[in-house]
This record gives sequence, structure tokens and C-alpha cells, in this order.
Amino acid sequence: MPANPFNGHTDYGIGIGLRVPHYRHILAEKPTVDWFEIISENFMVDGGRPLEVLDRILEQYRVVQHGVAMYFGSADKLDCEHMRRIKRLVKRTNTPWLSDHLCWGSVDGRFTHDLLPMPYTFAAAKHTAQKIRAARDILEVPICVENVSSYAEYHVSEMTEWEFLTEVVERADCGILLDVNNIFVSSQNHNFDPLDYVNHIPHHRVGQIHIAGHSKFERYILDTHDHPVLDPVWKLYEHAIRLTGNTATLLEWDDRIPTFDEVHGEALKANEFIERVESCAA
Amino acid sequence: MESVRELKELQRLMASMLFRPLDAKWRMQRTTAAGARTADAAAGFIKPNDRLTSFERLEIYNRQYWFRVLDCLYDDYPGLRAILGERKFMRLCRAYLVKYPSASFTLRDLGSRLEKFLRDEPDWAAPRAAMALDMARFEWAQIVAFDGPSKPAITMDDVLDTPPEKLRLGVQPCITLLALDHEVDHFLQAVRKRDGDVLRGEASNAIDHAPKSAGKKSRLRPPRIAKVFLAVHRCENELYYKRLDPVAFQLLAGLRDGLTLDTACALALGGNPDPALAGELRSWFSEWSELGWFCKFSKLQSP
Repeated sequence: MPANPFNGHTDYGIGIGLRVPHYRHILAEKPTVDWFEIISENFMVDGGRPLEVLDRILEQYRVVQHGVAMYFGSADKLDCEHMRRIKRLVKRTNTPWLSDHLCWGSVDGRFTHDLLPMPYTFAAAKHTAQKIRAARDILEVPICVENVSSYAEYHVSEMTEWEFLTEVVERADCGILLDVNNIFVSSQNHNFDPLDYVNHIPHHRVGQIHIAGHSKFERYILDTHDHPVLDPVWKLYEHAIRLTGNTATLLEWDDRIPTFDEVHGEALKANEFIERVESCAA
Repeated sequence: MESVRELKELQRLMASMLFRPLDAKWRMQRTTAAGARTADAAAGFIKPNDRLTSFERLEIYNRQYWFRVLDCLYDDYPGLRAILGERKFMRLCRAYLVKYPSASFTLRDLGSRLEKFLRDEPDWAAPRAAMALDMARFEWAQIVAFDGPSKPAITMDDVLDTPPEKLRLGVQPCITLLALDHEVDHFLQAVRKRDGDVLRGEASNAIDHAPKSAGKKSRLRPPRIAKVFLAVHRCENELYYKRLDPVAFQLLAGLRDGLTLDTACALALGGNPDPALAGELRSWFSEWSELGWFCKFSKLQSP
């Protein structure tokens, strides 16, 4: 929904990820952008240029934190030092909500630096939800969890991915960062209908939407974030906002990054779909 | 799966297979560390689909892990790479990451134990082990200087009232002082000039290509053997490295290690002070102070 408890009752429009190759352009030209999403871990440092840039961005733009390493699904407990660093950054950015992935990525203190798929079991959902609740209590900011793209499924899974997502967010009473590109990628890799996914999640919990590009290989699709958004993903986006309402939307472009204007222009294409959905509803 | 313990076992199993190095063709190894068939081990917990076997699905993650971490070291250590050559550099990285998988939430810290690894297992860099160690230390110092912590700077005026025998000055924690046996600073400049600076990549969910490789590049002369004393630091958030006089280095190192100004000076001057050095001392302190290198001394900071 446009503004809800899971995005801090904000009504943000269309944003893009803040990326290093665009720093100079943004700081010099000050383009109009609804909001920027930052990768939290890139700014969880003790000093130097990253924080200087962030502070200059914060003077002029709305910023939302997106994490890649809280690993709510890892069997290990939340890392206190990690939480302390995120909280310090939350205070700096005043992010109205914060997102991270519904995945695991570390075990016994060793990190894969990947967003690994969960086994879709009730025990895993319960554990993951407990960690999300604990993180929200510590960070004192609404949390949205993002569905990841995946290339593998486990024998032990007891439900579909969207059932697992629902189980987790209902238990944790948290929001969803709905990545429609990830849904599309996983649907192709695991042979399910992406509309089933979008139709069967609790729409009132969607606080943010991600769009991105992917790469198609002969036998699978990879979530590479190095292309414009493809048509099937735009269609899924349109379907999603029919159900969720006009929700804060962000384009991710992380590799082979083109000019700022190109990335921003691609993100703003979302407006066409928003207008179409709104005109149908009127 | 009915418990967190079982979840952990599954994650341990999968992680152990992801951390296993790729083979010479950048594919997942056919056998596990325990000697079993990887295909059987993968089939035990990963579902196949109509296009990919369990092995192939797991392999996507195995390759992504190695491409990501090797790419990171590739970007962070251009000087070390140039000293060793691409192939030897990759072999070193692989051995290093097997022994020291990432223990931090951020890839920024991936090289934090490379110095220790090179000291413990110099054969990976033979016959240029000493040179490689110098370069690895120098390049890690730049990572620390880029975004390491700093404290409010103090100036000489702030401490005028404290007698030298009681005065302890801290050196900014983002500054690394290096005593090296090779001119790796000049060498790295030559490497950068040849290669052009590369920005560090952003966090991304997937990597679809094998680790970067240099292609054909002109060969550079290896760093010359010479005693070099460096301070790797940042000024107005730009990265710098500055050569130091040996006496200046010893003085700064003494202060960093918690000696009083009096003792650090005496030690650096070797008990036999050259009167000409007094003027130099004043000028060094004035310069270091202007650069903001001094901060309040803290015992925790001292090595």
C-alpha cells in the first residue's frame, strides 16, 4: 500500500540505488530524484569518504537503507556488533524503514557474501521471524524483508516460497520488499507461475517494490542487475501494483552501470504502469 | 526439518560445499573434501529440475562465491597481482581463502589476514615472498586509510602545557606506519599508471562471469630493494602515502606505541642527538600536526 506501517507511513515515489559511478554527477548536478536506496553495509564504516558522501547526499535527498548481510535466515543468532553498526547508520540516515533479504548467508561466523535460499519449513520460518522481530526491537525502525532470486530448492521444503514469505512476515509482523524481478527469475528457474506468487502474498504488508534487469542463460536465469528491466518484469510490476497500490519503487542497477540519466530514466518508466493502473481504477 | 539445529546442519553442509575451491576450469569439483562424489552429496539436499541436476544447481552458488571473493581481492591488490603475475596471484588467493574464509559482513575486510598468511606460508609467493609481503601490507594499509576510524585531531598548541616527559600523543588509527624493504610505493604508481584506476564494485546479488583477468599487459620492473618508511594516511578524505625519514618513522612509531614524547624522541635519536635534527623535529611535528595525524592517546589503540 502506498503508505503503511511497514514503510514508516511514507509515500515515496520512484527511487534508484545510490552507486559509486554516479556520486560525482549527483553531488555536482543535484538531479531531482524522489529517493535513493543505499546498501547499508557500504556505509557501515568508521570514517573517510563513504560517510562524507553519504552526509552530502543526506543534506538533499531522502535515503532508505537496504541491507545485504543481516541474514535473518541464518541459523546463527543476530550479530550484536553488526546490529550496533546498523543502528548507528539508522541514526545517521533517519531511514523511515529498512530492508534486508529473506535468506541466509553465513554460518559459524563464516560469510558467503551471497543471498542463499531458505529451506521453506515451518521451523525455519519461526526462527527467521524471531530474528526479524529482534532486529526491529533493536533498530526501532520498521523492517521489510525482500524475496531473493534463487537457483536451487531443498528437498526438505514443506511449502512454496510465497507461503514461506507469508508465514515469516505474519509471524514477524513485518513488511515485504517485493522484488518482482526476483519473482520472475525464480519462477523461470523453478517452474512456477509468477502471478501465483504475487497473488498469494499479504498485499497490505508490501512497503516497497524492487525492479531490476536479469540475464538469461540456456538453462537458467541469473539475477545480474546489469540490464534494463525486461518486459515480463514490467508486466509483473503492473500486476503487483494493481494489488498493492502505488508503492515506493526502486530500480536496482549494480553492474555495467550506465550514466545516471540512463538509470534514472529506466526507473521512471514505472510511472507509465502506475498511471495505467490508476486510470483503470478511476 | 523441525529445529534450528537441523537448519544449522543444512547451512553448514551447503557452506562447506560453497567454500570448496573450483577446479582448474572454474567448475565445481567432482569430489567433496571428504572424498565423496559431489553429485551424490548435492542430490542429498538439493532438488534437481527438468533442466539442471542438483550438482549443477549447487554449482551456480559455488561459482558465484568464488568469482565474488576472487574479484574482490583482484580489485584490492593490483600491486600484489603485478608482482606475482595473474596465475600465481589467483593460486595465492585461493589458498588464502581456503585457510581464511571471510569472517566479516563486508568484503572490505577480505584481505585483513593476508599479511599473516604470507608470513606463515611464504611459499605461495616464492621467489618474491618478501616483496609480496611488503606490497600486501602496503595495499591493506590503503584500505584502512580509506575508511578506517579517525579521532578529533589535536594540534601542538593543545599540548603546549604538558611537559614532554609526560606527554603521550596518539597517531590517528586510520594511519599505518610501514617499514618496508622494497620500493613498493613507486611500483604501485607504475601499476596504476599502466592499468588505470578501477573503482570498487558495489554489492550485487549475482555474478555471471569468471573472475577478472588482466589480459596482455606490459611487464613492469619489480620494485627495487631499498629501505622505505611510509605513512599511509588520508587527508580531506583523499588517500595518500608519504615517505618518512627513518628517524621520523621511529619517532612516530614510538608515539603510536604509547611512549612519551620525551622517550620517543630519545629512542628515535639514538641517544646521540644531531643538533641539526632539532630543527627537523620542529618542522616534522608542525607538518604532522597540520595533517591532523595526532589525536588523544588511547591505550586500546596502541598495538
